[in-house]
Amino acid sequence: MTITLLFLAGLMGVVVWWLLRESTRVQPWAVQGPVPDVHTATLPRHAAKTALIVFLAVATSLFALFISAYAMRIRLLDWSPLPQPRLLMVNTAVLVLASLAMEWTAFAARRGDQDRVRAGLAAAGLLTVAFVAGQLVVWSQLAGAGYFVATSAATGFFYLLTAVHGLHVLGGLVAWMRPYARARSGRDADAARLRLGVELCAIYWHFLLAVWIVLLAVLVSKDLGLSICSTAVPL
Amino acid sequence: MPTYVAHDESDYAPPTEVAEVELYHPKTFLGKYVWSQDAKIIAIQYGVTAIGVGVIALVLSWLMRLQLAYPNQFSFIDPSNYLQFVSMHGMIMVVYLLTALFLGGFGNYLIPLMVGARDMVFPYVNMLSYWVYLFAVLLLVASFFVPGGPTGAGWTLYPPQAILDGTPGASWGIILMLVSLAFFIIGFTMGGLNYVVTVLQARTRGMTLMRMPLTIWGIFMATILALLAFPALFVSAIMMILDLTLGTSFFMPAIVSKGQALSHDGGSPILFQHLFWFFGHPEVYIVALPAFGIVSDLIAVHARKNIFGYRMMVWAIVAIGGLSFIVWAHHMYVSGMNPYFGFFFATTTLIIAIPTAIKVYNWVLTLWRGDIHLSVPMLFAIGFIFTFVIGGLTGLFLGNVVVDLPLSDTMFVVAHFHMVMAIAPILVVFGAIYHWYPKITGRMLHDGMGKFHFWITFVGSYAIYYPMHYLGFMGVPRRYYAVTGTNFIPDSAHSLNVAITIAALVVGAAQVVFLYNLVRSYYRGAPSGGNPWNATSLEWQTPHTPPEHGNFGKELPVVYRWAYDYSVPGVRHDFIPQNVPPSEVPSGSWAKP
Repeated sequence: MTITLLFLAGLMGVVVWWLLRESTRVQPWAVQGPVPDVHTATLPRHAAKTALIVFLAVATSLFALFISAYAMRIRLLDWSPLPQPRLLMVNTAVLVLASLAMEWTAFAARRGDQDRVRAGLAAAGLLTVAFVAGQLVVWSQLAGAGYFVATSAATGFFYLLTAVHGLHVLGGLVAWMRPYARARSGRDADAARLRLGVELCAIYWHFLLAVWIVLLAVLVSKDLGLSICSTAVPL
Repeated sequence: MPTYVAHDESDYAPPTEVAEVELYHPKTFLGKYVWSQDAKIIAIQYGVTAIGVGVIALVLSWLMRLQLAYPNQFSFIDPSNYLQFVSMHGMIMVVYLLTALFLGGFGNYLIPLMVGARDMVFPYVNMLSYWVYLFAVLLLVASFFVPGGPTGAGWTLYPPQAILDGTPGASWGIILMLVSLAFFIIGFTMGGLNYVVTVLQARTRGMTLMRMPLTIWGIFMATILALLAFPALFVSAIMMILDLTLGTSFFMPAIVSKGQALSHDGGSPILFQHLFWFFGHPEVYIVALPAFGIVSDLIAVHARKNIFGYRMMVWAIVAIGGLSFIVWAHHMYVSGMNPYFGFFFATTTLIIAIPTAIKVYNWVLTLWRGDIHLSVPMLFAIGFIFTFVIGGLTGLFLGNVVVDLPLSDTMFVVAHFHMVMAIAPILVVFGAIYHWYPKITGRMLHDGMGKFHFWITFVGSYAIYYPMHYLGFMGVPRRYYAVTGTNFIPDSAHSLNVAITIAALVVGAAQVVFLYNLVRSYYRGAPSGGNPWNATSLEWQTPHTPPEHGNFGKELPVVYRWAYDYSVPGVRHDFIPQNVPPSEVPSGSWAKP
């Protein structure tokens, strides 16, 4: 649970800092002056963006808990590791490219370059689908080598962690369809919403990549002392 | 001296008028009352569903009590049924009633109105949240009708027994339970995102964070806790479903069941306990924090006095929320964990008493020399303070490892957590319903019936749970179908059980009066007007009662002050609503009656 606790400690640190900033010099009981005019320069963050950030905190909590469970389980004696599928590295590279493509698309959307947005979204989508397909191939390779979900605790966790991450990727692809449809229709009226949609997608894709890197680290890295994929012969 | 204006330069003051297109306009009856995207309707849907499923859990508790008082008298209660009643009663009350009612019910109704918003920021997601919740409830209720019945593993659902043959509901009931929980969590996450983002981004002009009523602070912090803690339950539910259906060994150790070795190997039941209580302990505060917030407002309004130590109250809410994540293993002292862990968790558990005590002192100091109106909401609020303090004190016993070990799994524990997280929050629920019912329906609840309901419930719950502490000291275990053939439990304990059961039946029957009052007052209650309690917060300042869709008419209110300007000296009335500018406050002096 240390991992979850560290995550939560960080999060509570942010909440406490924010609260102190908001509250220490305020005297809510004092009679107070009028409300200033609207500052257009300081438009707030779009509500959808705040919602996404809150959602990512929830998802991080979910993954932190899965990883905590994994870290606790691995200390037990019957842990039997499984081979490291080489394809994982390729999949990681594909996901990095997808994330980069999303960032490039967001850059294009900020400049209002509709053609590039369309191309970028399509490329990011394809790369993401390729990542999911690659993960499925990894599963079939492991299954072919005799490592099924219920074979050992290690395989169970391997399938579970990759599946949960994969489901988040698929959820991202569902969300991706809306800005993609909007980019395809190409109406100017949608430009602001398209830009927002692309930005949200980009944040989410970076999050998916970050989570995957952490998962990969705990799955294969011997240095962390956690790895399940640590038998001598890779697959 | 600079006056601190509502929003500083780094902050955004939203425009007062919201464009019409932003509101969802229902066109049909179904769109308005069934598939509604209006937070107020969704709140009522949540509330009615939660109370409905809560009545089921209440009946289950009667059946349990009947069995405990008169063992072997009722042919329809066998040991399996009894365990199923225990399990479903616990799970329904904690998750499907209290969590849903406080956050889904009061959260939806009060957040937009109290912060001065038209609606939640994502009305459609809000609607989905309710329907997913309803689906989860239906799955849960469906488990009563599947082969083998609902799960009888206790509300904690500890593996391995939860999914082993021989536990009631080990084939179907447990799957429905886990899937229902997973859906509940998904539905809650949708709602929770809405509550947090609405509080963060949809506050009206002048409604700074530190001017929000404490009700909103409580619900806000509880929602954050729930968003972060429910994933732990989600994780454990998913992993247990996998153990059950695919034969993985996350939680299941190598085990011999009914003479046969199962294929599971080496899983860790303790891992489940860690995950479960990582959710389970914050859950206590998910229920308690909204209650804290609501009770602060009830006391301030009905004692006509500003809340004592507003900032301290806010910080205490945040501190309790943060601490609630590092005490979970105090539920696991008997799991054989490292004694040093026990020391750590006992320390953190006792530290939580500090912010909690601050809150209790502040409530009492708010009452001190206040102009106390003993209205029904106030009675419930004061009843809450007593009950919560008493339940909290037994928590100090159980928080210490050496005291907990002999008391673990006895009726003492049952009495403790019912006092602190069942009776105390439910008293607040009642108080809040009596307080806000006039705003929701435009009519007052019947006062006489309300007082009858309060006294029976308040005194009756002490009649139930005080003796139960004593049974626990004697060593009467919880979750036992019948205790027979033991030397250490005297016959008088059985007489005590009969008395407890009679009290429980009476308290349960008193709730029927409450439900009747709810229905009757909807049609025949005295009209309440817009602000029957002379309260300051924004929900009482709406142009219509009940508030119409969009809450505030054409223009959103502008907030000039905090929500606790009661009995301000030199002002004609003993309250100043939040949206009254300083220039329009009538001078004079209010006469203390």
